[in-house]
Amino acid sequence: MNRQSLNRLTPYFFMAPAAVIMAIALFYPLLYMMFGSFRAWDPSQRLNETDFVGLANYTKLLRDEAFLESVTVTLTFAGTVVVAEMLIGVGLALLLDRKIRGMSVLRTLFILPMMIAPVVVGLVWRFMYHPTDGIFNRWLSALGLGRVDWLGDHALMSVIIADIWQWTPFIFILSLAALQSLPRTALEAARIDGATGWQQIVHIKLPLMAPVLIVTFLLRLIDAFKVLEVILVMTEGGPGLSTEILALRIARTAQEFRELGEAAAMSNYLLLLLMVLTLGMFAFTRWQEARAQRLNAVKQEEG
Amino acid sequence: MPKIRLEGLVKRFGTVEVLHSIDLTMAENEFTVLVGPSGCGKSTTLRMLAGLDTLSAGEIYIDEKPVSHLEPKDRDLAMVFQDYALYPHMNVARNMSFALRLQKRPKDEIDTKVRDVAKMLGLTEFLNRKPGELSGGQRQRVAMGRALTRDSSTFLFDEPLSNLDAKLRGQMRAELALMRQRVKKNMVYVTHDQIEAMTLADKIVVMRGGYIQQEGSPEELFKRPANKFVAGFLGSPPMNFLDVTLEEGADGFFARGDGFRIALGAELAERARRKGQSEFVMGIRPSDLNYDAQAPDDAAMDLRVSISEYIGAQSVLICKCGEATVTVEIKSETPIALGDVLRFAVRMEGVHLFDKTTEEAL
Ligand SMILES: Nc1ncnc2c1ncn2[C@@H]1O[C@H](COP(=O)(O)OP(=O)(O)OP(=O)(O)O)[C@@H](O)[C@H]1O
Ligand SMILES: [Mg+2]
Repeated sequence: MNRQSLNRLTPYFFMAPAAVIMAIALFYPLLYMMFGSFRAWDPSQRLNETDFVGLANYTKLLRDEAFLESVTVTLTFAGTVVVAEMLIGVGLALLLDRKIRGMSVLRTLFILPMMIAPVVVGLVWRFMYHPTDGIFNRWLSALGLGRVDWLGDHALMSVIIADIWQWTPFIFILSLAALQSLPRTALEAARIDGATGWQQIVHIKLPLMAPVLIVTFLLRLIDAFKVLEVILVMTEGGPGLSTEILALRIARTAQEFRELGEAAAMSNYLLLLLMVLTLGMFAFTRWQEARAQRLNAVKQEEG
Repeated sequence: MPKIRLEGLVKRFGTVEVLHSIDLTMAENEFTVLVGPSGCGKSTTLRMLAGLDTLSAGEIYIDEKPVSHLEPKDRDLAMVFQDYALYPHMNVARNMSFALRLQKRPKDEIDTKVRDVAKMLGLTEFLNRKPGELSGGQRQRVAMGRALTRDSSTFLFDEPLSNLDAKLRGQMRAELALMRQRVKKNMVYVTHDQIEAMTLADKIVVMRGGYIQQEGSPEELFKRPANKFVAGFLGSPPMNFLDVTLEEGADGFFARGDGFRIALGAELAERARRKGQSEFVMGIRPSDLNYDAQAPDDAAMDLRVSISEYIGAQSVLICKCGEATVTVEIKSETPIALGDVLRFAVRMEGVHLFDKTTEEAL
């Protein structure tokens, strides 16, 4: 081997250990799960003792109303919380992006919810939602309004509220950091050019924050699809199936129903869903950029 | 177009005061040029005028109306920033048309305007590029273009041509001069470039360390600088300064220095005599010293050439006169050698005297 090709191989040589660890830690379980999803698999069996059933697990799920219900709940939950959290988080950041005394204290306070263990969050909110002793209903009745059956009739809304409370700060902090790193002088130029506060947000701040916002959005979306503990503690997926999100359904299928193969198939569906969403999003931004370029090119030719 | 008046303008950053009670009136449609060494507060003055920085004290009047409480957008002005401040996510055309688009002007009008200004600035081929894909000078022209597409009543320029090559700078300067004749607007212009200041200005304001040193027409400042700082700041190569003693002779007053004795004009001599002191600093511009071997003793200096800088048709000679250093200009074809002693005639009207302690001109 000559020197040049050795040089070219050097980076791969250094990357090899990381690649091996990645393969073991990431791809092995993934492949294991894929493999398992094509088999009738009971927890008492070893994987190689199981029978191959082809796509049976997958097709069965498509006809399983409980699973489909769970998908709907997950989509509703994730869609609602991420949109709400983005709106509130970015909105708060835009409002609070100014020199305020005690801002650092405020910031620390804001991230507290994120730092609490999810199980604790679930417990606290369950207590607050308690039909008679919870703080919400006590306030409502003190104000002379009727009580709300938080974790009963409105369970999904209640867990959504709890999730928004816990995760809005994440978006707030990232947006605030993005805002504060924007080029100050470009904003000053916009003020001179006659932009109102609102126009500065729409035309300058948001477009410049977009890369950070897109990544934040994706992180939150992926996370929201996998949320488990808080809901487990608050409602255990009930009442009925009203808050049984996919992660919960998977856990129950594996543990209560002892259908590992089916659980694996569900996980794969979830994975697929997330991949479609993520890729879709990247494709969309790509497409938008390409379109803008094309429009420019056309203009150029005309001009 | 309005008249602008700054009254007792003070700016403090924390405890540091960077502008000390600036008073300045800019007449209608006047082209005012702010000059001064780096850090003297030119940009700060512009930013306060624009409404980007708050005032620590004082007031700004536009058309006799106080405006310090107004937002920048309500002051009807356009500005070219020293660091360009382009919108990184918009292409050149959109950068330049931003203000017009906010005003919801008709699309045709915007397009025409952008195309005209782009043509004038030589930016036509870059209209679809983002600022990140442009060179420094191109960005600076975009910043300029963004201001010129607007038709505000007041334009603020913060060193708008500093990053251009000499040729382009000359072109832009000519364009600005033309534009200034065509459209009557208030312009406040910061520059480090002598030629820009001299050619464009109706009024030059010389600043130093947060104080205004002198204001007036270019000619006024050049011919009658108020103090040694202004005298040395304007003009290139800069004015020479020599220590002299006032001496009364048989036929009038003389400034005697190390190796020369120059007769003073009657008026200047009278002012110096009334000061009641004899030690002064004499200032004389290189352009007021002419190579002339026949000059009489009392209107000449004998200079020993120590360095010769060739700059084309003219050469700049750095010479010794006793201990002092004197800069002069000479036609390049004049045959001289380093170490030669040459006689230069002193133009009497070009002699300035400054107080040695206050540095005020007499
Ligand atoms: N935000 C700030 N905080 C503290 N000091 C500042 C601030 N902005 C400017 N200064 C100080 O104010 C003084 C004037 O600054 P300014 O930018 O007006 O100078 P300038 O005349 O424009 O200089 P230059 O020719 O280098 O651009 C400087 O000493 C600078 O250090
Ligand atoms: Mg400056």
